[in-house]
Amino acid sequence: MSALLELSGVSVAIGNVALVDRISLRVEAGRILGLVGESGSGKSLTAMAAMGLLPLIGGRVTEGEVRFAGRDMAGMSDAERRALRGRRIGFVTQNPMTALDPVQRIGAQVDIVSRLHLRLTKAAARARTLDLLTQLRIPDAAAVVDAYPHQLSGGMKQRIVIAMALAGDPELIIADEPTTALDVTVQAQIIQILGALVRDRGLALLLITHDMGVIAQICDRVAVLYSGRLVEEGPVGPIFANPAHPYTAALIDCIPQEGMAKRSLRGIPGAVPSALAFPPGCRFHPRCRRATETCRDDAPPLLPLGAGSVACHHAGPP
Amino acid sequence: MSAWPAPLRALRWPVGGIAGAWLIVIVAAALFAPLISPYAYDAQALKEAYGSASAAHWLGTDEFGRDLLTRLMYGARTSLSVSAIAISLSVACGMVLGAAAAWFGGPFDRTVMVVVDLTWSFPEILIALILVAIIGPGTTGTMIAIAVAYLAQFTRLTRAQIMTLKGETFIEAARSLGAGNTHILLRHLLPNAFAPVLVAAMLATGDAIILEATLGFFGLGAQPPVPSWGGMMSAGSALVFKAPWIIVFPGLAVAATVLAINLYGDALIAELDIRSKLRGAG
Amino acid sequence: MLPWLIRRVLTLVPVFLAVSVVIFSILHFIPGDPIDNLLKVGSPASARAEMEARYGLDRALPVQYGIWLGKVFQGDLGTAIVARRPVAELIAQALPHSLRLGGLALLFSSVVGITLGIIAALWRDRWPDRAIMGGVLVGSTMPNFWLGLILMLVFSVWMGWFPVSGARGWNSLVLPVVTIGLGGTALVARITRVAMIEAVRQDFVTLLHAKGLPPLRIELFHVLRHALIPVVTILALRIGWILGGAITVEVVFARPGLGTLLIKSLSQHDYPVVQACLLMLAMAVMLGTLLGDVLQAMMDPRIRAAMA
Repeated sequence: MSALLELSGVSVAIGNVALVDRISLRVEAGRILGLVGESGSGKSLTAMAAMGLLPLIGGRVTEGEVRFAGRDMAGMSDAERRALRGRRIGFVTQNPMTALDPVQRIGAQVDIVSRLHLRLTKAAARARTLDLLTQLRIPDAAAVVDAYPHQLSGGMKQRIVIAMALAGDPELIIADEPTTALDVTVQAQIIQILGALVRDRGLALLLITHDMGVIAQICDRVAVLYSGRLVEEGPVGPIFANPAHPYTAALIDCIPQEGMAKRSLRGIPGAVPSALAFPPGCRFHPRCRRATETCRDDAPPLLPLGAGSVACHHAGPP
Repeated sequence: MSAWPAPLRALRWPVGGIAGAWLIVIVAAALFAPLISPYAYDAQALKEAYGSASAAHWLGTDEFGRDLLTRLMYGARTSLSVSAIAISLSVACGMVLGAAAAWFGGPFDRTVMVVVDLTWSFPEILIALILVAIIGPGTTGTMIAIAVAYLAQFTRLTRAQIMTLKGETFIEAARSLGAGNTHILLRHLLPNAFAPVLVAAMLATGDAIILEATLGFFGLGAQPPVPSWGGMMSAGSALVFKAPWIIVFPGLAVAATVLAINLYGDALIAELDIRSKLRGAG
Repeated sequence: MLPWLIRRVLTLVPVFLAVSVVIFSILHFIPGDPIDNLLKVGSPASARAEMEARYGLDRALPVQYGIWLGKVFQGDLGTAIVARRPVAELIAQALPHSLRLGGLALLFSSVVGITLGIIAALWRDRWPDRAIMGGVLVGSTMPNFWLGLILMLVFSVWMGWFPVSGARGWNSLVLPVVTIGLGGTALVARITRVAMIEAVRQDFVTLLHAKGLPPLRIELFHVLRHALIPVVTILALRIGWILGGAITVEVVFARPGLGTLLIKSLSQHDYPVVQACLLMLAMAVMLGTLLGDVLQAMMDPRIRAAMA
């Protein structure tokens, strides 16, 4: 099956600082790919690259290709790229508190997507908005469309953002940390909604998160990013059972287990390196328990392993 | 370069350098006017009145045949000293008021801020006009009027600085070491609040030069025959059609000096990295 | 919103009282006897007595203030010493001219300043931005009255496009409005530019792009709308600047108005007129801040919510 979104060897830089180093990803229809990493690993930049929005933050793709439905986005005109956004690719941002225009009513903010991309009339767009809000289990949708963002709770706002992402009837949704800013109970609801969308509508979903627990809940495949490089990629089941990369293993260890108190969380020692001073060799080696001389000198290539791939000189169970 | 103090680093070519050079020229002209000016400022030569630029009078002459270049130099003396003294006065009072308001808080702080906010919303020219009306025209009246007109700005700024600094760790540390109120205020808070206030004072000096010129234009500033830029323009305004140079050159001197102060001030703000501290203080 | 508006207007009352105390006190700060300051030199003793009775000048200061304020509320601003006419009449003659000039100058600064600020923000750090911000800085360094005279010299005398002075016809308004407006333009352009650049960095703007909206639409309908909130606030707070500009420019262009009246009465020591002019200008400043608050509430639903 051909991928809807495919990144092959994509590098991203802001100014002269290289932040994402030759990463490759595939997102297929009806599937969920989780992209996981700590903050500063380049997750959000990857999302911006996939949306073609890097220029907004002064960034650019320095090598590699971002292909949507087989077409290289670099070869498209601005108008063509814009026609994809909102229409074929929906975007859910990190912080619903700041994602909505504070001085515009909710209804108008959702309506505009279907009016712009599906050429619906004002009335038809509003009907579609109300329908979407109801599908997303927003109580009293008729009142919500007339509200301003500050009148809604965080979870409600995130549903509105999801409704905006769905309004253009897209094939792919990119969700950048959609639950980070929300309460735990609301997090679960949003994850459920996203999972149901993929199941019911056959959407493709690129879910970006720092939380391995979320990955375990709904993703089909997972890609682990560390300091701008992909360290491991593969189907969720085998990776959680047998993480080959020590960083993946450490991330899985960080998931709070049921019945366990918070204090038993095993953090990863050390800090994420700054993009201005990535360590040589394997970028994880200063924090790695398996690190050897080789890790300090040579960056390990991403090699196939089972149904996925891993970049580690000492790949294997701990 | 970074070993140099910020005021020198701000002289970086081209903008800061040109601005700094003009300021040095104008201050030198003001300081040494009696030594370097071609004529005496009150030397009348009625035969040469209304002369345009010539070899003898580079910028022309006024209605009494007095040399404009000379008067411009002496005018700089008046305008710059009045503005600088007025702003120094304003800064000194503003810092004391602002620091006291921030330090003591409570009803005193509220009273000060109500008065400050009230004066702040009124145009400086209006405040200055009222004060000159009370004190009477002349350099002293102008100085006091300008000082009071800008008092609100420095009080606000100092207060805001002290309020931010009050919560910082090193102040807590000093307090826990047993330092007294006065000691903390004088040795820790005011010096740290000083840099932003000093830069704001410099920019305000530019505005004060314009205000001084405006008061002079209304005939309320330095009284004739002592030249001031505003006074020269006041005399020249009636002659604007007959001898426009009489008013053009003092105006250009004001504009160039204020522009130089602003450009150098901007460079200094960038060097000191205090843009955010100046924001919201007017 | 109405209860808020009432509360907001009520907060102006103490401010007005404070300002009126200052204006009232001017008469007593000025060197010399307040009665002499209210009378023409050489007035007979009977006039003195009449004035004393009228303003209660033999009584305690707070009582005098009360009498004065009471008369002000009745529209009685006293009698001009030089013009020997009721001050209220002089004010009524001058006010429309000043309002027209100030209002147009405010409009000019807003429209031109916001436009320039938008252009500078859209092309930030490129030549249109540098040119506009440089021009705006140069414009703000020139004394108002000087700029007015130079404009008059160039456009009235040399080009002959506009009348040199006076207040007859709309074209006599052009140069004064431009002169005052240019000062405000600098301020408005600077704030608009910064506010737009800051608004662009907000999350919701990224999401608007992600929704596929055309960039120009985003800048003009969303970013600008957002950026205008601080612009309106500052503009209202600094309405006094515009008025301050009007004072000098009215004098330069020999236009009737509050500024001319104020300067003339100051030089003639006609204190009842001075007091009345200052009172009018102070009220304009207060109404300006009120207007700013109302506009801000109209533009931002969050502020409306905070008021309820």
